[in-house]
Amino acid sequence: MKILVCISNVPDTTTKISFVNNDTAFNTAGVQFVINPYDEWYALVRALELKEAQGGNVTIIHVGGADSEATIRKGLAIGADDAVRIDSDPNDAFAAAEQIAAYAKDKGFDLIMAGKETINYNGSMVGAMLAELLNLPFISMATKLDVASNVATIEHDIDGGVEVVECPLPLVLSANKGMAEARIPNMRGIMAARTKPLQVVAAAAADKLTSISNYTLAKGRTDCKFIDPAHPEQLIELLHTEAKAI
Amino acid sequence: MSVVVYTEIAKGKVKKSSLEAVNYGSRIAAQLNTTATAIIVGDADVSDLGKAGAKKVLKLKNDKLKDLNGQYLTSAIEQAVAAEGATVIIFPFDFTGKEVAPRLAARLKAGLVAGAVDNPVISGDSFTVKKNVFSGKAVATYVLHSSKKVISLLPNSFPIELKDSAAEVVDFAVNLDAVNSPIKVKEVKKATTELNLPDAELVVSAGRGLKGPENWGMIEELAKELGAATACSRPVADMHWRDHHEHVGQTGVAIRPNLYIAIGISGAIQHLAGVNGSKTIVVINSDKEAPFFKSADYGIVGDAFEVVPKLIAAIKSFKANHN
Repeated sequence: MKILVCISNVPDTTTKISFVNNDTAFNTAGVQFVINPYDEWYALVRALELKEAQGGNVTIIHVGGADSEATIRKGLAIGADDAVRIDSDPNDAFAAAEQIAAYAKDKGFDLIMAGKETINYNGSMVGAMLAELLNLPFISMATKLDVASNVATIEHDIDGGVEVVECPLPLVLSANKGMAEARIPNMRGIMAARTKPLQVVAAAAADKLTSISNYTLAKGRTDCKFIDPAHPEQLIELLHTEAKAI
Repeated sequence: MSVVVYTEIAKGKVKKSSLEAVNYGSRIAAQLNTTATAIIVGDADVSDLGKAGAKKVLKLKNDKLKDLNGQYLTSAIEQAVAAEGATVIIFPFDFTGKEVAPRLAARLKAGLVAGAVDNPVISGDSFTVKKNVFSGKAVATYVLHSSKKVISLLPNSFPIELKDSAAEVVDFAVNLDAVNSPIKVKEVKKATTELNLPDAELVVSAGRGLKGPENWGMIEELAKELGAATACSRPVADMHWRDHHEHVGQTGVAIRPNLYIAIGISGAIQHLAGVNGSKTIVVINSDKEAPFFKSADYGIVGDAFEVVPKLIAAIKSFKANHN
């Protein structure tokens, strides 16, 4: 089975967010970048489990500049066989999907996986766009994936429940919590990652349909108002009269 | 030219997030001197769509649409968009919105803003709209460069407004002969909870501070008295004290209710990322140093096992006095 896993390079969850250039760009100074957790913990690890059980190859693909190579190497250290970096600015989801589609279209991947969303832009877009560009079925928010005789059985979250579907390969899916448990790369993996192939591909022509003109920090909360634990009725009163929440 | 809004039915009624999207689409239509058309699959009372501002409702008709399969839906919506000459297409940012809006946007080469939180600013050819980024820690202004635009609206961003107006409801036959999806639905397992968490206005959530699943009775009672949905923190779901569908936070469900009450949850940054869009946050924790108090509007430092029963009693007497 040939599996392609899309990985995004994102600031670690605990990062303090700030912006530069008149609030038009994210301030990367001092920021620790990691593989987007949904791409890593769920998509990549499940891909590796399937490969270990059934044989095959796991390629990771990333759209971005040379500064994201440390993140790509981590994906190789966890166990991916090889990596592709498309040398392009990933700021528009459609443009990123077009880049990945241009690479993947004639490679014969059986399974293309991405996380359900990135933790920086939270758009949940690239997987579905990729499926459209490659004319493949797409299953979103997958929580369980098995493959037998070239047919995938997938559980995925839907509104108000879970749906179990069957779909012959090839297909595209987005991975949600539950697909696999996080793996920590071991020393052998880290050493091996240094020599695994990382191919850099020049950007294909892509359409930039959106751009970001500026950022503002979300308004923080003002001081917390403390209520006497012996008198929670005061809280109810405040929720009614002040917050108008009940 | 018009604004097309994708809407859905649940439990025989138009979904709340769909009505929010119709309100939103009709405001955009007014800015563009046009009208909003709602599209919907399935049979139900759709009068709320007219009350929410749709001038027209297209009921999409084709047997292939019954499972809301994304490949069929995309083609069906594409046909409705073409028939209406729509330049702006609105989805709720829910499960279908996340699956279908990007697919449709890619097909139409339309710019997509997924999870918008504010009305677009339209001036001449310039079209911008804001959305949350960095898991709610910042807001970004997106510029859409394409002639067609797709926006999915983050639920609970605006209160619903229903007016005394009606829409023209017509059937719209969709041709899906050329589309064949290989996806087969084998089974649907519905969640047991009454309230859908992302749609809930009020949410009562509890964490490890509750000490064990046997202590959730008072949480459920508090939620019931408030008419709230129940939720939990990640460790609680990981230990299987509660179903993982209740897990709110970065790796669980992101919610933004009017009121979020967190009991026995310390407020790790990953948890906050999933709830910091809530309008009002109440934190009840025995540890006065719990980081969650820094992100709360109201706090009670106290033992949940003493505070929660008193809170339930206080709500009962509040309800008795206000009805």
